Amino acid sequence: MTAKAEVPPKRKVTPLVLEWMKDNLLTPWYNAVITVVLTVVIFVVLRAILRWALYEATWDVVLVNLRLFAVGPYPEEAFWRIWMSLGVVSLLAGLSWGVWGGRNLTPSAIVGVLGAVLLVLPVSSNVKWPMVGILALFILAHLASMGRTGFRRPLVWGWVLSFFVILFLLKGLGGSTLLTSVPTSKWGGLLLTVLLAIVAIVASFPLGVLLALGRRSELPVVKLFSILYIESVRGVPLVTVLWASAIILPLFFPKGVRVDNLIRAMVGMTLFSAAYLAENVRGGLQGVPRGQYEAAYALGLNYYQAMRYIILPQALRAVIPAIVGQFIGLFKDTTLVAIVGLLDLLGIALSVIAQPEFIGLQREVFVFIAAIYWIFTYAMSYSSRRLEARLGVGTR
Amino acid sequence: MATVPVTEHTRPPFWRDERVLTVVAQVVFLVVVVLVFTYLYNNVQAGLRARGLTGGYGFLQQRAGFDIGESLIPYTADDSYGRAFVVGILNTLKVSLVGVLSATLLGLLSGIARLSPNWLLRTLVSAYIEIIRNTPLLVQLFFWYMAVMLKFPRVRQAVELPGPIYLSNRGIAIPWLRPEAGFPVWIGFVVAGIVIGLIVAKWRTNYEERTGQSGYPIVAALVTWVMFAIVGWFIAPGTPATVAKPELNGLNFQGGTRMTPEFAALFMGLVVYTGAFIAEIVRGGILAVSKGQREAAKALGLNDVQMMRYIILPQAMRIIIPPLTSQYLNLTKNSSLAVFIGYPDLFFVAGTVLNQTGKSLEVISLVMASYLSFSLLTSLFMNWYNQRVKLVER
Repeated sequence: MTAKAEVPPKRKVTPLVLEWMKDNLLTPWYNAVITVVLTVVIFVVLRAILRWALYEATWDVVLVNLRLFAVGPYPEEAFWRIWMSLGVVSLLAGLSWGVWGGRNLTPSAIVGVLGAVLLVLPVSSNVKWPMVGILALFILAHLASMGRTGFRRPLVWGWVLSFFVILFLLKGLGGSTLLTSVPTSKWGGLLLTVLLAIVAIVASFPLGVLLALGRRSELPVVKLFSILYIESVRGVPLVTVLWASAIILPLFFPKGVRVDNLIRAMVGMTLFSAAYLAENVRGGLQGVPRGQYEAAYALGLNYYQAMRYIILPQALRAVIPAIVGQFIGLFKDTTLVAIVGLLDLLGIALSVIAQPEFIGLQREVFVFIAAIYWIFTYAMSYSSRRLEARLGVGTR
Repeated sequence: MATVPVTEHTRPPFWRDERVLTVVAQVVFLVVVVLVFTYLYNNVQAGLRARGLTGGYGFLQQRAGFDIGESLIPYTADDSYGRAFVVGILNTLKVSLVGVLSATLLGLLSGIARLSPNWLLRTLVSAYIEIIRNTPLLVQLFFWYMAVMLKFPRVRQAVELPGPIYLSNRGIAIPWLRPEAGFPVWIGFVVAGIVIGLIVAKWRTNYEERTGQSGYPIVAALVTWVMFAIVGWFIAPGTPATVAKPELNGLNFQGGTRMTPEFAALFMGLVVYTGAFIAEIVRGGILAVSKGQREAAKALGLNDVQMMRYIILPQAMRIIIPPLTSQYLNLTKNSSLAVFIGYPDLFFVAGTVLNQTGKSLEVISLVMASYLSFSLLTSLFMNWYNQRVKLVER
């Protein structure tokens, strides 16, 4: 294991690399065997993968369908609305980074480099220029807002508002000429995946907190109801919830009320995710010391005030990592909406490989979308670890 | 909530009396819930009537009229819907059980390997875990099914691995035992070997605890069992079993046993995915055992294997069990994704039954009840096990 302690002093002249190899690859003898075997295996496998990726794979299927993967069958004349939504997000992200991130130029620098790379790449100009503009918006917002901590509260409201603005932008209005209505059946690809995940987490948040409070409530009826709900939802698979909500939801409403397919999926995912969120929040509530409750009531706060100002802020901060973890799971679970026939990223992939001209290209398509999912989830888990470190969860 | 003793004249008016308010709040809550449910229920009933559908579980007796690709019990299209459900439930249980066992093994090995002093092994396992955990299971399932299993050559050109194991787009054919005349006798010996092996293990453990000497309980039990199996093999009349090798016969393989591509893809997908999560749980559990325990074990002169077996794993188990339980539950629930690749599990069969009969509420309730009971049974078992390994506080 650690040979360091046994190394006699005169061996210090050994180059560091050899020292490292000895410690990490070669001692004791069976590690040397493992190293040799693994080197051969990795070499063979990597060579096969690289050969496939560089020579055998037909990546055209991805390049040709890039737009489908991004937004699905969203009509081209309404693309500016997607660009604008991205612009809003980019603006808010830049502002947030400036306001919360302190005087640190790194984010702007990274985005700047990204923009420069984009300028050089041979991307068609109707994608290039909007993208560059969006990145520039981020940098401007970031530089302008750096260190202005006073904007924190308005920014939070900005994010809340942007959620509705973007939904409105994407959906449009029936009867208007500028913002023609785009039916949700035309939403697809990564756009739909991200939208589903965000809607589900945002909508399930209040429900989840209520259920968690309900489960810890002293009112037996409320408590029983919450426990029944949480445990029965957690006991069944998400696909069956989506499937059941697609079948039952239309029956719930009187005749004539049509429920959009996308809404059914969103309701299913929200109801499902609320039960899991409730359990996470409950964990946080249990972690708040009893003295905090007693102190709050001793101050004369009522139940609502005690929860709002004393208990929930502490409980929620403690479970941020768990909630981010759940969000990652939810993002991956959006793939299941294929069961109700929505064209999310996976749905688009399936429809692409079903086309006769792309027959036999399953590997390329699945590797590509897996890479997209990976980038998103890895970025989320990475920032969650950073956030955890910054909030000092577990060290306070 | 701490309440000050209340006497008659300090009692607040009833609209501010907590005891009254809590009762009122609950009654209101209950009334609202009941009203909402009644409203929805009435709508559902009206909707179903409008579509000309009647309720009731009587349809389970009717003829199903559809085939199911693979089944653990005899089933034909002439059997009832009820039997079709049972076939689906058994298929779900089959893939879950085999999956849970294999995923535990894979996860345990990967979790330990991720802590290996060997940099290459550590890095390789980390790459596996990070890639698998961060991509959706459904994408992986489709990959296993469409880009691996169905990409194998046709039956006539099947890839032959030593064994012989044949990989083709019709599934994986592997050698299997074929029971002969003496089989029941031999199985009797094997079972007896298990029982006696357990007794031996118990005896050696007691010896170990009494004397402090190594009793090798696991080795002793295994040796006993193998001896029984070998002795039984020769005592039984004739040859108890022969190994049937798969052979190409017409359009498919005969002999041995065959995994359908659907089962193989679902199995691989679930095991590889859940294994990555279990690996992280195992790693976390091992790391959570305090460093002093390790040092104490080393100081006592235990070697690496002994340290793992007697010091680290028993303590890590207590941390590992609860999250492991939820991974087992996840695997069972995730097996419902079989519907996307056409493995006839409970959910797949239920979908077909629903399409044929239109009994939406009945079928949905059956599916939900089945999954709920699987979850409940798994939790009960794991809680029982957790009670056993839990730290005994004195």
